[in-house]
Amino acid sequence: MSATGIGAAVRRKEDHRFITGQGRYTDDVNRPGQAHAYFLRSPHAHAKIKSMDTKVAAGMPGVLGIFTGDDLATDKIGGLICGWMIHNKDGSPMRAGPHPALAQGKVRYVGDHVAVVVAETLAQARDAAEAIAVDYQELPAVVDTAKAIGAKTVVHDEAPDNSVFNWHLGDKDATENAFRAAKHVTKIDLVNNRLVPNAMEPRAAVGDYDAGDGIFTLYTTSQNPHVARLVLSAFIGIAPENKLRVIAPDVGGGFGSKIFIYAEETVCVWAAKKVGRPVKWTADRTEAFLSDAHGRDHVTHAELATDAEGKILGMKVHTTANLGAYLSTFSSSVPTYLYAPLLSGQYDIPAIYCEVDAVYTNTAPVDAYRGAGRPEATFVVERLIEVTARQLGKDPAKFRMQNYIKKFPHQTPVIMMYDTGNYGASMKKALEMIDYKGLGKRKRDSARAGKLRGIGFSSYIEACGIAPSAAVGSLGAGVGLWESAEVRVNPVGTVEVLTGSHSHGQGHETTFAQLVSDRLGIPIDNVSIVHGDTDKVQMGMGTYGSRSGAVGMSAIFKALDKVIAKGKKVAAHVLEADEADIDFADGHFSVKGTDRKLDFGSCALQAYVAHKFNGQELEPGLKEGAFYDPTNFTFPAGVHICEVEIDPETGVTRIERWAAVDDFGNVINPMIVEGQVHGGIAQGVGQALLEGARYNADGQLVTASFMDYTMPRADDLPSFDVGMTVTPCPSNPLGIKGCGEAGAIASPPAVINAITDALGHEDIAMPATPQAVWRAAQKSISRQAAE
Amino acid sequence: MYAFTYHKPTSARQAATLLAKKEDAKLLAGGHTLLPTMKQRLASPTALVDLGACADLKGIARKGRNIVIGAMTTHAEVANSAEVQEAIPALAFLAGSIGDPHVRHRGTIGGSVANNDPAADYPAALLALGATVVTNKRKLTAEEFFTGLYETALDEGEIITKVSFPLVSKAGYAKFRNPASRYAMVGVFVAKRGSDIRVTVTGAGEGGVFRWPEAEAALKARFAPKSLDGLKHTAKGINGDIHADAEYRAHLIGVMARQAVAQATGK
Amino acid sequence: MATVSLTVNGKAVTATIDPRTLLVQFLRENLRLTGTHVGCDTSQCGACLVHLDGKAVKSCTTLAVSVDGASVTTIEGLAAGDKLHPMQEAFREHHGLQCGFCTPGMIMSAVDMVNRRGHELDEKTIREDLDGNICRCTGYHNIVKAIAAGAEAMGKGAVPARQAAE
Repeated sequence: MSATGIGAAVRRKEDHRFITGQGRYTDDVNRPGQAHAYFLRSPHAHAKIKSMDTKVAAGMPGVLGIFTGDDLATDKIGGLICGWMIHNKDGSPMRAGPHPALAQGKVRYVGDHVAVVVAETLAQARDAAEAIAVDYQELPAVVDTAKAIGAKTVVHDEAPDNSVFNWHLGDKDATENAFRAAKHVTKIDLVNNRLVPNAMEPRAAVGDYDAGDGIFTLYTTSQNPHVARLVLSAFIGIAPENKLRVIAPDVGGGFGSKIFIYAEETVCVWAAKKVGRPVKWTADRTEAFLSDAHGRDHVTHAELATDAEGKILGMKVHTTANLGAYLSTFSSSVPTYLYAPLLSGQYDIPAIYCEVDAVYTNTAPVDAYRGAGRPEATFVVERLIEVTARQLGKDPAKFRMQNYIKKFPHQTPVIMMYDTGNYGASMKKALEMIDYKGLGKRKRDSARAGKLRGIGFSSYIEACGIAPSAAVGSLGAGVGLWESAEVRVNPVGTVEVLTGSHSHGQGHETTFAQLVSDRLGIPIDNVSIVHGDTDKVQMGMGTYGSRSGAVGMSAIFKALDKVIAKGKKVAAHVLEADEADIDFADGHFSVKGTDRKLDFGSCALQAYVAHKFNGQELEPGLKEGAFYDPTNFTFPAGVHICEVEIDPETGVTRIERWAAVDDFGNVINPMIVEGQVHGGIAQGVGQALLEGARYNADGQLVTASFMDYTMPRADDLPSFDVGMTVTPCPSNPLGIKGCGEAGAIASPPAVINAITDALGHEDIAMPATPQAVWRAAQKSISRQAAE
Repeated sequence: MYAFTYHKPTSARQAATLLAKKEDAKLLAGGHTLLPTMKQRLASPTALVDLGACADLKGIARKGRNIVIGAMTTHAEVANSAEVQEAIPALAFLAGSIGDPHVRHRGTIGGSVANNDPAADYPAALLALGATVVTNKRKLTAEEFFTGLYETALDEGEIITKVSFPLVSKAGYAKFRNPASRYAMVGVFVAKRGSDIRVTVTGAGEGGVFRWPEAEAALKARFAPKSLDGLKHTAKGINGDIHADAEYRAHLIGVMARQAVAQATGK
Repeated sequence: MATVSLTVNGKAVTATIDPRTLLVQFLRENLRLTGTHVGCDTSQCGACLVHLDGKAVKSCTTLAVSVDGASVTTIEGLAAGDKLHPMQEAFREHHGLQCGFCTPGMIMSAVDMVNRRGHELDEKTIREDLDGNICRCTGYHNIVKAIAAGAEAMGKGAVPARQAAE
């Protein structure tokens, strides 16, 4: 392994600009003549707009334009789309209501977009927005996930019972049979709490229009600028793709929330032409809370059937998933194909049946948030497993190992074909790291100090990639999920790699360069990664679902193969040998069995000067592209163990130890991978202990700032003990599985299992706040006193 | 923010004159409550009178049996003051627990006291220590000064110039932070001056800071954490919100009181 | 309008501004020093931290006009020319950043922490003292390591001249 090659903990190339304040985020972009947009948002969760008067506002200082849904309609600007079609059990398509970028006649959640004011300054735009007179007829709101279906209030006329779809997966009859044969059945009810992604960089957009060439440019906080261009062009109708450039510069975190195509960027780029000026909008944090797509929000009943020996026979799950007031870009896929196929977890379960009701409510749209469906599935599985182990009186680690899948490949009853893994190895390593043997003593020590100590396990699996395009197409996806790469070798042998993946914290500029440095045998500083601009990178699918390594790097790998193959042809001419006799290793082309060789840079120069070969037989130049379409999902898996200590007097839960053992297949940069695990765990711990978006009965978001929504801070978390096991992924050339979401998927059940272990309870709701834990601890204490 | 005119007097007297002259004027101290409120357009003063250059409002001095702190003294200055640490260490501790380090570099005692946020820390200290709030017009005891949620006895045009804290023999402060905002969800200050024992509670009361007479009585017998064992504050009159309902907050008052006494007695 | 004169990263600047201009707006919009960020509206996230006369403050909760005459150091002014500040080096070395958005505030906070608490910082101190800075990417694990290492490096005297002069 070289110091900068695959497997090395190379320090990040992109860091210099970030640590010196030279990063360039969307809000740092300023275009000459730029004006500012302010969005007037609905203060009501549900209301008819009887009338709107913008006359006074339009005459206020600095105002360049005020636009409403009518103006979008006049310009034939289409609504926002949901790009994944789900069919009901009966085969009918899901019921999707219209999603205009600016409201047309009705608002459906607090923060919904009513109108936009473009003015010379932001303060002027805001002043004018306050002068717009909107006559609302307030309507009752439906907020509660569990009570949405059949509620009197209807969010969209297209879905008269608020049902977006009623979908299912698995064999119902086989599952019922398994339950009939069961010795023991465990039943649990769970709520997967609603979360706000809260990337630290708020969403922003700068729209620009070049009247000379008729070209629109949109700078935006996107995880997938090409998908944004596709949607804005083909569906919303801003401009044809060749007249629309989308640039996602440095992006300050995404976690899913910046995948989607939102109203604000749509309006900014359209309005730039309307006012003849660049138009800038940056969300403040309150707007982010109100209008970024939220995550999770499931209400679930689940059952697990086991035989007399504790072997799992079957699982039944019913989930109601809140999708909010409108269907966001990929919302429908999250509680369906990103959820139910993961319900087998790491376990050999012969029969699974899952039914999902997706509902409309008068709340912000809900879509993918770090893990997207897989944390929800893992929470169901790992809570069921834990409760079952306790009810059967079995050690939770042993119970898991008893039921682990041990032979691969393994076909689950819910679509997935797991290719490889060694779940027992991860569990054994994690048990050692947490010192499971010493737990009894630690529990006694805590008890002596008046504290309650508990341990919680989580064996998670996720499906990343995401998958072959044909497969996701057959499941309803509107796009293919391949990735592209182009490797441009300069005449001096330096390299630019253009990738359709997008880095917003993942460190692609380093890891992708490591791959290139490793494969071409050139210094890492000779490699530059180009991404995030549709004018530079022809097409790409972006970064989410832990796909950049497994799919994005595989595309680069494939393109590099082509570069090397071409280089061999050039070298054969230069070295006057047969192409079949040319080897490439350590940055040199050489002739087998001789000491004749040509370094990579010289070969590049020869490719461009084209003096040594016939340009009719071999094209000059050295530039290759590739599209890589995976042959399967990848299946990262692992075991996280959390140990907590609870102060029963205050209800404060401290995480005392955390052991994580993940199998991500081959690892390009362990430093970066560990960083991804840390961040994921922190978000999962946030979900379990701290975070929860709360709407009141009127549909007002009562957690709309960091004053009320508890973000994990440094003193809420411990340091994490992170280890790895490796079973290389067989379906891609690098053997990579993906690591971005694992921590967030694994951790919530680990925390809740630990707390319930400490308290001796079967359940506690997330977030397990000090108040909730204190109340539960009082019950434990009084119950113990009674015993 | 709405537009305003900006004024920067160099003395409390000048500030008072400006305040009287400008309609809808507000004083700007550290700005850590006022500016966020103005950013959200929830406050719209037409003039801001910045007290930052009023040298006569700054500084900490020991005057006989009192610690006197100028209104524009920052939380960090109080926390780090050798005089305060020596005379009333619990007060220095309290100041060092407000907000975060950066907030403490800007936030001031005068601003905090004048705002009387129910989740602020200082009101508990003033009430427990029997402090005097000195304004450009008069002197007020803490009881007289704090009149309700965000309400004080300050008149129009009245400016806090300093706060005077009489020394005590023992004092302690413990708080349970709101998990999200990190403000006091429940903060309890205990102070003992001879037989005068005060236990004050911030963060929890529907009407702002208040005294807890039962705890004071219990501590009179013996000033020790154990004296409070089993003593529970009623949930009546206690705040409830999404983070803590009245019952839990009431419970925490007892827990924090014991911790504060433990701190005061060095146990 | 009001006139404000500041020393920003060692350079004198004077401008006529609307009094409602926040220090962070002045830095980002007037001076185009975009390394200082805005991550919240409630003075909690710390992305906007700068040093005001040597002390870390939230520039989103400070009026530019009210700090007239002060010396301001932003993330852009921390390094001495090409030589990175040891805390910047430590963040890179220990992978204390991912998306980079909170990073300028984190680094300014870390340097301030060392100025207040010295060069030997244990994990508990660092975690508690970081309560004015929010990061969504790193889980803080590597930030804590970076600050401890950066503090130690600062103690070894590798501090650029301007920082030492504050």
